[in-house]
Amino acid sequence: LALPPSSPSSPTTGFSVPSAEKVDGFPRRSMRRARQRRSHSSSQFRYQSSQVELTPLPLLKDAPVAELHDLFCKKLQQCCVLFDFLDCVADLKGKEIKRAALNELVESVATSRGVLIEPLYPEAIKMISVNIFRTLPPSENPEFDPEEDEPALEASWPHLQLVYEFFLRFLESPDFQPSLAKRYVDQKFVLQLLELFDSEDPREREYLKTILHRVYGKLLGLRAYIRKQINNIFLRFIYETERFNGVAELLEILGSIINGFALPLKSEHKQFLVRVLIPLHTAKSLSIFHAQLAYCVVQFMEKDATVTEHIIRGLLRYWPKTCTQKEVMFLGEIEEILDVIEPSQFIRVQEPLFKQIAACISSPHFQVAERALYFWNNEYILSLIEENCQVILPLVFGTLYRVSKEHWNQTIISLIYNVLKTFMEMNSKLFDELTASYKVEKQKEVKKERERAELWRNLEDLQERRLQSLTEASRNQKNLQERENTTKSQSETSAANTT
Amino acid sequence: KNNVNIKEIGPGMAGADSDDSLYPIAVLIDELRNEDVQLRLNSIKKLSTIALALGVERTRTELLPFLTDTIYDEDEVLLALAEQLGNFTMLVGGPEYVHCLLPPLESLATVEETVVRDKAVESLRKISHEHSPVDLEVHFEPLVKRLASGDWFTSRTSACGLFSVCYPRVSSTVKAEIRQHFRTLCSDDTPMVRRAAASKLGEFAKVLELEYVKSDIISLFTALASDEQDSVRLLAVEAGVSIATLLPQEDLEALVMPTLRQAAEDKSWRVRYMVADKFSDLQKAVGPEITKNDLVPAFQNLLKDCEAEVRAAAANKVKEFCENLPEDSRETIIMTHILPCVKELVSDTNQHVKSALASVIMGLSTILGKDNTIEHLLPLFLAQLKDECPEVRLNIISNLDCVNEVIGIRQLSQSLLPAIVELAEDAKWRVRLAIIEYMPLLAGQLGVEFFDEKLNSLCMAWLVDHVYAIREAATCNLMKLVEKFGAEWAQNTIVPKVLGMANDPNYLHRMTTLFCINALSEVCGQEITTKHMLPVVFKMSNDQVANVRFNVAKSLQKIGPVLDSNCLQTEVKPVLEKLASDQDMDVKYFAQEAISGSSTGLFMEKQCALFPLSKKCFRDTWLPKCFVQLFTKQTILLFILTPNLPAEPSCSVYHHLLNLSLGSHI
Repeated sequence: LALPPSSPSSPTTGFSVPSAEKVDGFPRRSMRRARQRRSHSSSQFRYQSSQVELTPLPLLKDAPVAELHDLFCKKLQQCCVLFDFLDCVADLKGKEIKRAALNELVESVATSRGVLIEPLYPEAIKMISVNIFRTLPPSENPEFDPEEDEPALEASWPHLQLVYEFFLRFLESPDFQPSLAKRYVDQKFVLQLLELFDSEDPREREYLKTILHRVYGKLLGLRAYIRKQINNIFLRFIYETERFNGVAELLEILGSIINGFALPLKSEHKQFLVRVLIPLHTAKSLSIFHAQLAYCVVQFMEKDATVTEHIIRGLLRYWPKTCTQKEVMFLGEIEEILDVIEPSQFIRVQEPLFKQIAACISSPHFQVAERALYFWNNEYILSLIEENCQVILPLVFGTLYRVSKEHWNQTIISLIYNVLKTFMEMNSKLFDELTASYKVEKQKEVKKERERAELWRNLEDLQERRLQSLTEASRNQKNLQERENTTKSQSETSAANTT
Repeated sequence: KNNVNIKEIGPGMAGADSDDSLYPIAVLIDELRNEDVQLRLNSIKKLSTIALALGVERTRTELLPFLTDTIYDEDEVLLALAEQLGNFTMLVGGPEYVHCLLPPLESLATVEETVVRDKAVESLRKISHEHSPVDLEVHFEPLVKRLASGDWFTSRTSACGLFSVCYPRVSSTVKAEIRQHFRTLCSDDTPMVRRAAASKLGEFAKVLELEYVKSDIISLFTALASDEQDSVRLLAVEAGVSIATLLPQEDLEALVMPTLRQAAEDKSWRVRYMVADKFSDLQKAVGPEITKNDLVPAFQNLLKDCEAEVRAAAANKVKEFCENLPEDSRETIIMTHILPCVKELVSDTNQHVKSALASVIMGLSTILGKDNTIEHLLPLFLAQLKDECPEVRLNIISNLDCVNEVIGIRQLSQSLLPAIVELAEDAKWRVRLAIIEYMPLLAGQLGVEFFDEKLNSLCMAWLVDHVYAIREAATCNLMKLVEKFGAEWAQNTIVPKVLGMANDPNYLHRMTTLFCINALSEVCGQEITTKHMLPVVFKMSNDQVANVRFNVAKSLQKIGPVLDSNCLQTEVKPVLEKLASDQDMDVKYFAQEAISGSSTGLFMEKQCALFPLSKKCFRDTWLPKCFVQLFTKQTILLFILTPNLPAEPSCSVYHHLLNLSLGSHI
């Protein structure tokens, strides 16, 4: 038995994540990235039993006016046939015929007037539904990270794009009549449309965004429903799965929707802010949609200043504990908010807010400290601080004083000196008082800490004693019970004996 | 049950302690309100201490209302609170008063954060058992109802988990209400609540009377299984399995099978995946007849599904499904229906599918017996052994024992060898590592001759791998092989090769010799160690690379226990002493460690307790000065602490001792 030569084609295909984990327990990103692209199957495809042979129809532009609508309709029906794009050489002729037909339809809807007559609505919507609505395939990378990994692109995009384009032109056509469309573009349709936002393909999400925006704009009856379903998607994303690819796109649409909210804000909208938008900040993947989210939040504030306190307190509640990258984002958002805050609202939140800012300044991560200290470069914020110096300076003084002596990073120390200088100029009397009392305050803290420890020690002693007496009591009770039981059983036996 | 009724003994105790007044509630509440989250969290985690300090009555009247009112905090604090309250029954005065805990838990059950809510529900479920039937109806059930009709989805979601715990213990009118509430939640407006209801449907069905299972649960199941959202539909699959176990056989066909059949064909792959994932449970639930008629074709379809995820899930179940087939028709079904699909999966385009299959396919051989295995399965095993994906090959190799029992491994050895060789030389060290781990198993099954002829050279080659983890695993592998084949085999085959590496120009290889000696000395025994290994180790103590030298010191410490005391004194000790005065500080350090490491018993004198110097002592405050002196002299110092010394001798005693023994070898 001879050893075969070691195969030159020894497996170079990537190593899958689970097996890597089996071998040493931690997944390796580089490994995943090296993985071979898996062919992307389309679940929609399995339901088309037999492939239909397409035959080219006459061109729309050559058709006599009387037959135009009929031909348009036939083309729509023709475009309902689906093709397998994984097999890139299969049925090339059919694919080309459909592509040409779709192009014609797009052009016709975009340029010629009077094409969109009532009977075409159901046909058009059917064609769109058949093509775009599908169960999105499983993500080929179970730990898909939208920031790091390449998205999986939709294989059937050559057709899909044209269908989306057609849908968009259809909605934007001057002939488009919402009263006719609403019979076909209904709640179920919208729900399926929203589910597609989870697509990994950014091109598809871009189309969906524009389309949903148009639908929201034109079909008034669906607005509340769309908002509710977006809420559901977000809530599921926040509290259940933490996965949804289209959060940024949906937030972008919402940004413009919030802009149009009537005043005073309905409680539904406030609830949306407090229970959905603010908790969205807790998501692990915040960085992907933070810009859009912060925009929405600021939109709310600009609409109605009274929500400011909810927003700031909400952000403080969800302040990142371990992720400095997110902390920097939060600080950025706080600055955006402070840029437009009303002074009366500022007073309501300054105390908890500046406690947090002080905590950020003392962060060992210099980017966090730096971002927080930059607030003092913002003129509007500086004016707010100056107005409320009596409150704010005592909140941050201790931290500034301590960090100016301790921080490892020179930039931070010099930024802190600037801030301290600003405060000195603002209110030198208060500044001197605080400097003088710094040591006393520190000692007070130490003393308080000692008292706390003492309290807990006593409490624990007490607990010990009580538990002891409890066990004793239970033992006594048990003994008593046992004694009773034995007497009882004894009397029973004696009774049995007498009988 | 050994429950103590605190209420009865409470007052007396308070009298005895008479220090209740020491802790006004405000002080304790201050602790629960501390600005620092971490401190607040610590206080909440010791809530039982506070409650115990307050006594049962004040816990009920002061602490709980405070907790109920101030539930707006960090989720982490709330989570700790929700957990604490589940164990609070005794602290509020026993089962009689357990309902006092409901208000704070009710608020916690409406919180947004899922983990908090789930914990609150868990605690509520726990204390529900401590309610008397009356209390359950008066206090608990109204809470469930309030939650079930809450405005925000969170409370309704929480309610779903509470129905099943109170249903069995309430009156029939209340039962009817509970059923109604559950029904409402199953058709809730928000998918979150429907998901919660769907996931609790099976559990709820189990506590219902059979007639209501048939009349209520089935329709709810059917509705949820055809929900517009696949996330709801897939949860219904699991419920379907539970429901199937509850129904008598004759009802299954009409009541659940249509829905389950539809789930297996669902347009969403997630639902089909769920069916595949639960297939074995489903099979057990529906029994042999339905399995034969329905599940076999369904399983075939899942094995041929268009999504790889579904195929992989189904492939994972192949063995279990076949095992559980009714015995009378098992072989026919496997041969005519399952095996053709399995054959296709062997050449699937997706590696996850293939490796899922490879991890179970060997199990089929025990079911099909020797002849079928040789005729039908063997070609598949061989094909998978040649698969391009290393994971597939590994999975096959790791399950060889099943086949070994049926046909003997010899049948496979021809193909096994190239596969092993290829894995052994794989470019990825993780793959090499995995195959090394199977070597002892393979060696046991293939026998010593085959091993010597074919695999021994591989095992040796790993010793000089360029990845440390592989060299380390290879050393360990050698030890296991010696355990299998014996010391004599070791002496003839591997020891010479290992020792030969001591002259290798590459110092890493020379170190590998030492590592091998560390691993092998014990299994090889004193004779081989002293006669063959020890001289090599001594020789290496003159190596020019310091890393080798200090590993010599480490090795000597390791193999010390195998050697006899004479050898230790006359041979090992001088070498270590020489190393202890080496130029290199690491070598010195490890040599000293080896000498003072009393665990080896190197210089242990029976009457004395040894007090080895350690770096820790160096940091102690009582002898810094002496130690500096000691350190500069590089003296090996051992304290002899006679048993007569006081347990905690004063500093001066140590000082004295230290000065006495300073600079002297003992």
